[in-house]
Amino acid sequence: MEKGKGVMGSGRRWAVDFSDNSTALSSRDIRDPPGFTRASVDQDDSTVSRQKKDAESNWKAQKAWEVAQAPFKNLLMMGFMMWMAGNTVHLFSIGITFSALWQPISALQGVGKVFEPYKDGKVELLGPKLLFIALNLGGLALGVWKLNTLGLLPTHASDWVSSLPPAQEVEYSGGGIPL
Amino acid sequence: MAIRSFFVPFLLFGLYFYSSLSPVLSLYEDQVGLMDWHQQYIGKVKQAVFSTQKTGRRRVIVSTEENVIASLDLRHGEIFWRHLLGSDDVIDGIDIGLGKYVITLSSGGSILRSWNLPDGQMVWESYLQGPKHSKSFLLVPTNLKIEKDSVIVVFSNGRLHAVSCIDGEVLWKKDFEAESFEVQQVIKPPGSDLIYVVGFAASSQFEMYQINGRNGELLKHESTTFSSGFLGEVSLVSSETVVALDSTGSILLTISFQNGEISFQQTPISNLYEHFSGPAIIIPSSVPGIFAIKTNAITIFIRVIGEGMLEVAEKTNHETAISDSLPLSEGQQAFALIQHAGSEIHLAVKLAHDWDGNLLKESIKMNQQRGLVHKVFINNYIRTDKSHGFRVLIVMEDHSLLLLQQGTIVWSREDGLASIIDVTTSELPVERDGVSVAKVEHNLFEWLKGHMLKLKGTLMLASPEDVALIQSMRLKSSEKSKMTRDHNGFRKLLIVLTRAGKLFALHTGDGHIVWSHLLRSLHKSEPCQSPIGLNLYQWQVPHHHAMDENPSVLVVSRCGPSSDAPGVLSFIDTYTGNELSSLSLAHAVAQVIPLPYTDSTEQRLHLLIDSDKHAHLYPKTSEALSIFKREFSNIYWYSVEGHNGIIKGHALKYECTGKVADEFCFDTRELWSVVFPSESEKIIATVTRKLNEVVHTQAKVIADQDVMYKYISKNLLFVVTVAPKGCGEIGSVTPEESWLVAYLIDTVTGRILHRVTHHGAQGPVHAVFSENWVVYHYFNLRAHRYELSVIELYDQSRADNKDVWKLVLGKHNLTSPISLFSRPEVITKSQSYFFTHSVKAIAVTSTAKGITSKQLLIGTIGDQVLALDKRFLDPRRSVNPTQAEKEEGIIPLTDSLPIIPQSYVTHALRVEGLRGIITVPAKLESTTLVFAHGVDLFFTQLAPSRTYDSLTEDFNYALLLITIVALVAAIFVTWRLSERKELQEKWR
Repeated sequence: MEKGKGVMGSGRRWAVDFSDNSTALSSRDIRDPPGFTRASVDQDDSTVSRQKKDAESNWKAQKAWEVAQAPFKNLLMMGFMMWMAGNTVHLFSIGITFSALWQPISALQGVGKVFEPYKDGKVELLGPKLLFIALNLGGLALGVWKLNTLGLLPTHASDWVSSLPPAQEVEYSGGGIPL
Repeated sequence: MAIRSFFVPFLLFGLYFYSSLSPVLSLYEDQVGLMDWHQQYIGKVKQAVFSTQKTGRRRVIVSTEENVIASLDLRHGEIFWRHLLGSDDVIDGIDIGLGKYVITLSSGGSILRSWNLPDGQMVWESYLQGPKHSKSFLLVPTNLKIEKDSVIVVFSNGRLHAVSCIDGEVLWKKDFEAESFEVQQVIKPPGSDLIYVVGFAASSQFEMYQINGRNGELLKHESTTFSSGFLGEVSLVSSETVVALDSTGSILLTISFQNGEISFQQTPISNLYEHFSGPAIIIPSSVPGIFAIKTNAITIFIRVIGEGMLEVAEKTNHETAISDSLPLSEGQQAFALIQHAGSEIHLAVKLAHDWDGNLLKESIKMNQQRGLVHKVFINNYIRTDKSHGFRVLIVMEDHSLLLLQQGTIVWSREDGLASIIDVTTSELPVERDGVSVAKVEHNLFEWLKGHMLKLKGTLMLASPEDVALIQSMRLKSSEKSKMTRDHNGFRKLLIVLTRAGKLFALHTGDGHIVWSHLLRSLHKSEPCQSPIGLNLYQWQVPHHHAMDENPSVLVVSRCGPSSDAPGVLSFIDTYTGNELSSLSLAHAVAQVIPLPYTDSTEQRLHLLIDSDKHAHLYPKTSEALSIFKREFSNIYWYSVEGHNGIIKGHALKYECTGKVADEFCFDTRELWSVVFPSESEKIIATVTRKLNEVVHTQAKVIADQDVMYKYISKNLLFVVTVAPKGCGEIGSVTPEESWLVAYLIDTVTGRILHRVTHHGAQGPVHAVFSENWVVYHYFNLRAHRYELSVIELYDQSRADNKDVWKLVLGKHNLTSPISLFSRPEVITKSQSYFFTHSVKAIAVTSTAKGITSKQLLIGTIGDQVLALDKRFLDPRRSVNPTQAEKEEGIIPLTDSLPIIPQSYVTHALRVEGLRGIITVPAKLESTTLVFAHGVDLFFTQLAPSRTYDSLTEDFNYALLLITIVALVAAIFVTWRLSERKELQEKWR
């Protein structure tokens, strides 16, 4: 994810487009050489750029799907680690469980950002986004399930009554052996 | 709700950490004395004998009413050594034999022991039997010898014994089997080998036996009849003359038996003292030539001159006390006389034959709170100018022991604290300007020095001397003995009522006496002849809206030993010890029931039940009455009649039917009764829960997150009955004819919730009741071992409350008030374990919110207090607990309870004669304050689950400090490095 973002996204600060610039310059200052018809070249150029754009959006869509599927690997790894951590409460299992909870949540918070580079009028991002969200929710569910198996979720009656004060008695009686 | 779910992981965390810790709570050597204190006492002195040996330090040997024999340092009053004989081994007499043995006669004259004077080791012990019960006398004559053996003469159980002083062998004995013979005196005149035994027979006959001290041969037996009989004791006025009173108490009889001839001389007291009226009594003393009688408030000293002639030496209406005579040189005898005069006492030392002259006359200012002088013991010493100096040991009304010498009190011992009847606690004042009483002010230099030392200690740089200094600083910390309330609630006042009727306030920090007060209402007075203090109750505990009031306690006492004697109430301010008021009641006090209601000044309502089963409400204010009337129909009371085996429950009815209209008096009617069959069961123990016990929760979470609901009721009574045959000592019955039945009875409805029979078990039973469980201790005759049993009560009718959603939304009735008339479905779980020790007292720790796990505090036969985790007494223990149960903290079942030496709360100390253990919660939830009392006092703080809410004493502050310093240094260094690097980057 990080890598893709770097290459495609805001990582690129400047670019030199030699072909385009030359045409633009030549069209303004220098006359076309003889036998050169600009119209055909222009037309040709536009078809090339359209093709190029199509390729790019295809590539973007593909990348978006890839990014959307990335949490799946994570999920598997998390599952493995949870299995390794066991079902008792100690530092390791608590750490893993909390990271398993935290990762999907932070990922879900940054859904827009993750798919920012692939934003394009033509690219359909809804599918990858939904998949991304679904997978992360899956991760979250796994985390919550782990939390529950550790007994840290108040899903039992015991969690709700453990601090109930004793019921008051209406009657009061005292006495004993005479002094 | 959010808080609760937040709590769950914390609780589980706590549980986990707790289960990973070892349950042993022990103390490091240098922590002894930081939290605990121990005070040693001996009790009210009965008899004192001064060691006459010139070598070694001056000592006095005393025997006390707590059955202690002790050797005290005459310079400071410290105890050299001390032995506590059992409560059934009452000391009858002590003396010193051969200057190096302490001889004691005890158990009604049947046990004679000899102890080594310097170190208190027992030298020998003899059992003396006799044909019948009688008074016992112990004589250690200096000049009687049989074959170079020094002899001790003992009269006990109707037999005269001569016992060797060296090895306790009985040299000869002589029986006095005459049916009605009552021995009054055993006399050994100095300078002869004769022993006289005088006494009364058939109440009107005077008998005299003359016995050869060398072989026990009866030389002469004379008797004379005196028609009008005898009253009380006789007083010895010379080695061959005694004085007695006739049965009307108005005629003095001088009985002389010189040379074996008995001669009487009668002198009506009215001849000596014309205003005489009413019977007189003889004050027992042994001053030659002088005796004292007391009539009404007047004490008359009478001189015997010549042949039975009597003459009044002095009449006084001051309270007086007279010592026994002390032989001085040249055959002179001296005695001490103490008279009260206002706030002073006058001490006079006189020679026996010279009443008018004084060897010594001093007046000493005496604290009024010590009351009257009860006993005087005199001792002399030779001054450097070869004249006689006198020191006097006096025993006061409050049981304290004082040494007077040269007109001052050299030392005093508060031995009244050896016989505590009841204990309660009180908070100290809140710290405000001018309230603090602590006067310990350090100057800056000392303060700095102390902190430097402490720093050195924590950084482990201190030398051994420094360590000792730091330790003494820790022990003497003024912080713990401050007279104000502290944040953790460790500093409190222990209010104790002693048998002498004196109230003491002890500071929990170091055990010093903050104030002491001899109760005026417990003084002898006209309407109240022999008042007895009974109990202490917290009368007013101001908090919240009544902050300005001082807390006060209620002392309930009674005029006389019978249960229908009128009661006396006194109210004592616990900050100052002043008696706020006292009430002489018109009715008796059979029971005191503190009610769970307080009025607007935080005075607790108390219901006093008199012997006619009328209930009286106190305080007698209209406000209290209106509060009481509101709860009227919900108040019940019960009485346990141990002698006929009946427990009765009563309800209240309006208005007394008595003669005087009293709106604070209520009639009662009997509701129910539980009658135990007298031929098979006898009540030996009853226990209830403590009124002020706080329970945190009604649910018990067990393995697999299941819930059990505790049956928590304040109105439960635990009763133990035994077979009437099994009431005696252990081993006096066979297992087949002894059984023990334990009952749990609801005291409102009389319903028996649980009943269990232990066959082949025997008392004595000690029990403790807390939350929903009872633990009791008894003897198993079949296994020949002591057992501890636990019964836990659970409420089955609540067990269905398992729907999480209902609980989340609060749609349950678990916390709504319940009536005991609705039938509870109680199930019990119980288990029994062997226990090594026999037990003197059982208590349980109590904490402020009841969250902390509990420990049982067991007073063992060795006078120590053992802390035993309640987890060991869990009826859910099994031989092979499942994994989940192990996680819950269930210990695998064993047949006996472990005694871990480190879990003795009293560590190396002993609380001699342990009688009671009191636990008081501190404000800090983890901590409970424990006070154990007997002849000694012991106080400590206890954290049953360790101090999870504060740092412990042994927390490694040094490590913390070093870590912080290292971290700060690291931050600085890296910051500088990164700055430099950044600069270099920029220049590149």
